[in-house]
Amino acid sequence: MALTPKDYDQMTKKASPNTKSWRNIPLAFLIGGLICTLGQGMMEFLAAQGLQKDEAAAWTSVALVFLSALLTGLKVYDNIAKFGGAGTLVPITGFANAVVSPAIEFKSEGLVLGLGAKMFIIAGPVIVYGVTAAIIYGLILFLTGAH
Amino acid sequence: MAKRLGHTLILENTPSVLSFGAVGSKKESEGPLAGYFDQLCPDSTMGEQTWEKAECRLQKDAINIALNKAGLSPGELQYIFAGDLLNQCTSSTYGLRDLGVPFVGLYGACSTMAESLALASLFVEGGFGERTAAITSSHFCSAERQFRFPLEYGGQRTPTSQWTVTGSGAAIVGQKSVPPYVRGVTIGTIKDMGITDANNMGAAMAPAAAETLKQFFRDTNMAPDRFQLIATGDLGKVGSALLLELMEREGWKLEGRHADCGLLIYDAEKQQVEAGGSGCGCSAAVLCSYILPAIRRGELKDVLFMATGALMSTTAVQQGESIPGIAHLVWLSNTER
Repeated sequence: MALTPKDYDQMTKKASPNTKSWRNIPLAFLIGGLICTLGQGMMEFLAAQGLQKDEAAAWTSVALVFLSALLTGLKVYDNIAKFGGAGTLVPITGFANAVVSPAIEFKSEGLVLGLGAKMFIIAGPVIVYGVTAAIIYGLILFLTGAH
Repeated sequence: MAKRLGHTLILENTPSVLSFGAVGSKKESEGPLAGYFDQLCPDSTMGEQTWEKAECRLQKDAINIALNKAGLSPGELQYIFAGDLLNQCTSSTYGLRDLGVPFVGLYGACSTMAESLALASLFVEGGFGERTAAITSSHFCSAERQFRFPLEYGGQRTPTSQWTVTGSGAAIVGQKSVPPYVRGVTIGTIKDMGITDANNMGAAMAPAAAETLKQFFRDTNMAPDRFQLIATGDLGKVGSALLLELMEREGWKLEGRHADCGLLIYDAEKQQVEAGGSGCGCSAAVLCSYILPAIRRGELKDVLFMATGALMSTTAVQQGESIPGIAHLVWLSNTER
């Protein structure tokens, strides 16, 4: 009997090991939680120095983005991510890594066609759909007068 | 002249693989086959400015090592058959441009070493050249940037993914003189069983491997037990298990004879390469470092070397297409008859 793609799909599923969720999910929670705790700590510290809450939040974001970019440049961030998975992807640090890593990678093709053009190759879709979603929700709020 | 049986060509002049060179880098130097390599550069940039140039260097080094071992100069080669994974076969064309040898560029994804060795052997068999060369390479860093993510991007690998080998293997084929002899060649057909997961290349390639292997056995009326080693290119853990199952379904037992180059080159658990090694440098380096020398020494008598390729286009996969696979087979032997 000839093997159909459907049979083969079943065989493949059986032969392919599953992602180790029992390990990845708790680690993502731990590492992601640690990054957020670090952010919260920074914010509390800045607020204690007399900064307004929104100012303290903005500086915290800037500091976390800087830290992530620095660790990406020092070739450390990807090693944390190998361990922390989604825990390093979801916070703002993951976004910084997604911008800095292609910038480093494609520098060899020049500052314009390499670094400049490819910098947003991963983060680009997030920006496009993030901005689009913001406009749509803004319009809904505006039209329903809920603001 | 070679005799054609179905898809298989049985070579009557049985050309020799005169000489071979294998190079690798750091990860390969930490693997179980490290001791067999001719050269292992701990710096994966190979002292070059870009990853593409580093891969060119791998090819240059591999061919020079193979030429030196045979005491030949490039001018004594009539043809060179080469390929790699990069767009426009960058590493082969740029890496070998200074050799001045008539050049045939090949793309067979990770199956290219068997493809190039088959053609190099057939050219000698047919008397079109006294000496020809087959060479392929891959580099983890150049493959990642073309097919996947930037190196410093933080992400996790799925358990079915494979690690592209940083390495190259070169083989020089000449008229019958010393083992290994090339006794047969089966050019594979493209086989697509609908796998769309670009992180499961082993599964995409296994049906093609099974097809080519069955074709060879049917064409030649031989059985697996004639061979001490049936070496697939880079099926990895998942693809190897599937190949054995696909063969078993039709009554062919490979247990104890089958080994996969992707599983030989790395210790998958210890070196954290998930399902094993891959890339055309994987089968090329294992062939030229481990398999060919073992045949020459007589430790292996008859070997089927079958490099497997996932003929994946990132564009086509993004458009929802599945991944076609291919496998080419070369029968290598310690005896000419």
